[in-house]
Amino acid sequence: MAEIVLMRNFSNPDSHTLNAYRASGGYAAWDKAREMDPAAITEEVKKANLRGLGGAGFPTGTKWSFIPKAHTGPVYLVVNADEGEPGTFKDRYLLERDPHALIEGMLIAARAIRCTKGFVYIRGEYVEPWRRFSAAVKEAYDAGLLGRGFDVVIHRGAGAYICGEETGLLSSLEGKKGWPKIKPPFPAIKGAFGQPTIVNNVETLCCVPPIVTRGAEWFAGLGTKTQGGTRMYSVSGRVKKPAVYEAPVSITLRQLIETAGGVSATGRLKAVVPGGGSAAILTADEIDVAMDVDGLKAAGSMIGSAGVMVMDESVSIPEALMVLARFYAHESCGQCTPCRESTGWIYKMVHRIVEGRGHKDDLDTILDVAKRGAGTTICAFYDGAVGPYISYIEKFRGEFEALIPHA
Amino acid sequence: MPRLTVNGKEVEVPAGTNLIEAARAAGVEVPHYCYHAGLSIAGQCRLCMVDIEKTPRPTIGCNTVATEGMVVQTETDRVRETRKSIMEFHLINHPLDCPVCDQAGECWLQIYYMKHGLYDPRMKDEKVHKPKAVPLGPHVILDAERCILCSRCVRFCDEITHTGELGIFERGDHSEIGLFPGRELDNKYSANVVDICPVGALTDRDFRFQVRVWYLDTAKSICPGCARGCNIEVHVNRRRPHHAEGRRVARLKPRFNADVNQWWLCDAGRYGFGFVDAPERLLMPARRQGGASSDVTWDEAIAAVVEPLRRLPPDEIGIIASPKMSNEDLYALRRLVDLRGIRHVASQVPPRVPGDEDNFLIRADKNPNSRGAELMGLGGDARAVIDAAGARRLKLLWIFGHDLLAGALPERDVLEALRVVDTVVFTGSNANWTSAHSHWVLPAAAWVEREGTYTSFEGRVQRFRQAIEPLGQSLAEWEIVSRVMAPLGEAPTATRAEHWFRQLASSVPAFSGLSYQLIGDAGHPLVVAGAASR
Repeated sequence: MAEIVLMRNFSNPDSHTLNAYRASGGYAAWDKAREMDPAAITEEVKKANLRGLGGAGFPTGTKWSFIPKAHTGPVYLVVNADEGEPGTFKDRYLLERDPHALIEGMLIAARAIRCTKGFVYIRGEYVEPWRRFSAAVKEAYDAGLLGRGFDVVIHRGAGAYICGEETGLLSSLEGKKGWPKIKPPFPAIKGAFGQPTIVNNVETLCCVPPIVTRGAEWFAGLGTKTQGGTRMYSVSGRVKKPAVYEAPVSITLRQLIETAGGVSATGRLKAVVPGGGSAAILTADEIDVAMDVDGLKAAGSMIGSAGVMVMDESVSIPEALMVLARFYAHESCGQCTPCRESTGWIYKMVHRIVEGRGHKDDLDTILDVAKRGAGTTICAFYDGAVGPYISYIEKFRGEFEALIPHA
Repeated sequence: MPRLTVNGKEVEVPAGTNLIEAARAAGVEVPHYCYHAGLSIAGQCRLCMVDIEKTPRPTIGCNTVATEGMVVQTETDRVRETRKSIMEFHLINHPLDCPVCDQAGECWLQIYYMKHGLYDPRMKDEKVHKPKAVPLGPHVILDAERCILCSRCVRFCDEITHTGELGIFERGDHSEIGLFPGRELDNKYSANVVDICPVGALTDRDFRFQVRVWYLDTAKSICPGCARGCNIEVHVNRRRPHHAEGRRVARLKPRFNADVNQWWLCDAGRYGFGFVDAPERLLMPARRQGGASSDVTWDEAIAAVVEPLRRLPPDEIGIIASPKMSNEDLYALRRLVDLRGIRHVASQVPPRVPGDEDNFLIRADKNPNSRGAELMGLGGDARAVIDAAGARRLKLLWIFGHDLLAGALPERDVLEALRVVDTVVFTGSNANWTSAHSHWVLPAAAWVEREGTYTSFEGRVQRFRQAIEPLGQSLAEWEIVSRVMAPLGEAPTATRAEHWFRQLASSVPAFSGLSYQLIGDAGHPLVVAGAASR
């Protein structure tokens, strides 16, 4: 069995308490990091090959190094705990079962970027994670871990998917409508409240304490050449044991499905979404692929948030796309014209096809509309929708055509 | 100053210039909806895509700053294709109700579809329905289905008026512009959102359904509503008078002037033209005798004014000019005053309550030419003239435009003055209490019916052009004054407003060096006192 890093404390029923966290060696990394030069922390994280685990897979240490050195005003650390990617439920476990790991990761990251205030943006529906994390923050304040050079502000979202997008989150945090911001400027230059800001995912920051304690080489060695460590895969759908599984990022999709007990229901695999709703779908023949950033990129999909949704042969791909298309139409923030208009239009077409009222040119229209809008918007939301639109239809076109009269 | 090339043409632009403006400097138009030079960058319509060398895909021009050596192409195949797609996205849920839309003819959806769209429509599904004909405030009405959500109106209320009435509500293709709860779009500049709305979503309640825009003629003008001198366009309906029941002035629109009003115009100024086609317009010279008024010819009326002007000693003549008169009118009047040596002259009737004022465009002085009247030596307070009249020292009183009872002059003094003066002459465009108590009424053309110049409070001389014919027999004030001066022995050589301005420029030092040509469309500052004249 491979090494468990992120979920190491989960088996302890009291893992969310400061005592339990300390008993398992918690905050030792912070004790070490507070003696380190900030630049040395960033360097260590770079060497560890830690890549963002929220979806984009951007190298974390590199991101931290974007904070302008000459900046004299405040710098903010913002934790993205707005876990909303369909099929993803890892961050909630970390918030509920190991909240101090996040606080420790924040303390270390804050030192690296010379930040004195961190914001944690927690998805509104995550009530229990919010309670657990809030209690842990209180404990950390009482123990003098927080409040001495670094403060944490908890902000609850109101349930919009777009508020999980880095700059949509910042807009929402600032009290505005959760609209992503035009870039440039990028958040590291001008982010929350106009100040340089680093936005990191919960799981990403939870990787930081072990890197500091056990060293960059050890962490890098757990993964592949371009991505270090393990990560938490949310496996759902037609598997026998749907759950969160931690594994090195070099694990293949086939191994992961086997880890989750194999395919349930008909037992015959039809398709897998490997990285959350916005990842292109893979067919049953495409699952011998490494579940790291570059492995899935090479396979024409993406690891995203590592939300693995398994579909057996009883699943209707057109219906699956309809559900997803409805999601994107509902969650598009409406700011950019291509996304605002296309998501609604494509949903209408897919819905019509599923209801048996498709036109023979609908599929080509969807593909064309999807491709034309790709890459034309402020944020990655629409590009995330385009992956499924195109891959579901291109890989399972026959299934769609079967629903269209006179196709 | 970065140098870049746009479609092969090299231009140098100020640092910080975006690619839409840089292209404009190179004579290239980049289509756009949400970008407006007077507002912050939103980057959301996605139409202003351009190709930048060494960039993997088209980039929005509005949020890209021109840099040294940048190579920009606006007409590559992929830019054209992207534009066409964005046009399709803008239009799939649009109701396409051009035949009943006021914006038709000046709608950027129509213009850009014809220029950059021209695709075959593919939308077969039910469009998204949204509220229609929603009044947002006294002047603006919303059709949310026509809205392309460019957010210009929202940004205007946030950034220019700082009143924040508008927001974009809901999400995705159900997004719609609307008022925040309990709010009304009633700020003093509200109708500017109609101007900056690129489509038919926000229309003008006053202009709505009056006349199709392609029947409008336009003239460059200056708003006469206050001392700011906002540059405007007068849109008049001469070709389809029956469409608006004879109303000739259809609307006023702000005209860009970087030094005066930029893109904007206040609502008070915008809707202040109602007097032009009002029933109270004075159409014929008239004589009032024993409570009855009868029309007379211009010759009779002029003779009636000339006679006392010639006969009376100058000290028994009073003139109350108006700071609403043009520089040319005032200068002609100044010449008459000098010719006869008249000393009881003034132009200011102080308002009863101080005028509304803000720190943006609106000035407390509601006259367009107080500065001009001052420079012409006609700037005094009318109170002194009224007092002289009331003291029976004046036999002739010629009043221009003012309704003497509308201001802060004591009512009793005004009544007494008009009662005791032998000959009271009124010159103005519209009837009022004062005209009704004058012995002779000489009708003046409204500002849109003649040309001239005003001098703003900042000392900027600006031209306004004639948009429509004078109503009835009304004449520009300078013309009336000219007709009076001729029999008095000084037949003016000036037969046009411009001639009067030339004479003004050669005799009033502040105006020296100025000409209609120099003033042009954008106006020109007066010669600064003390500076060498050009």
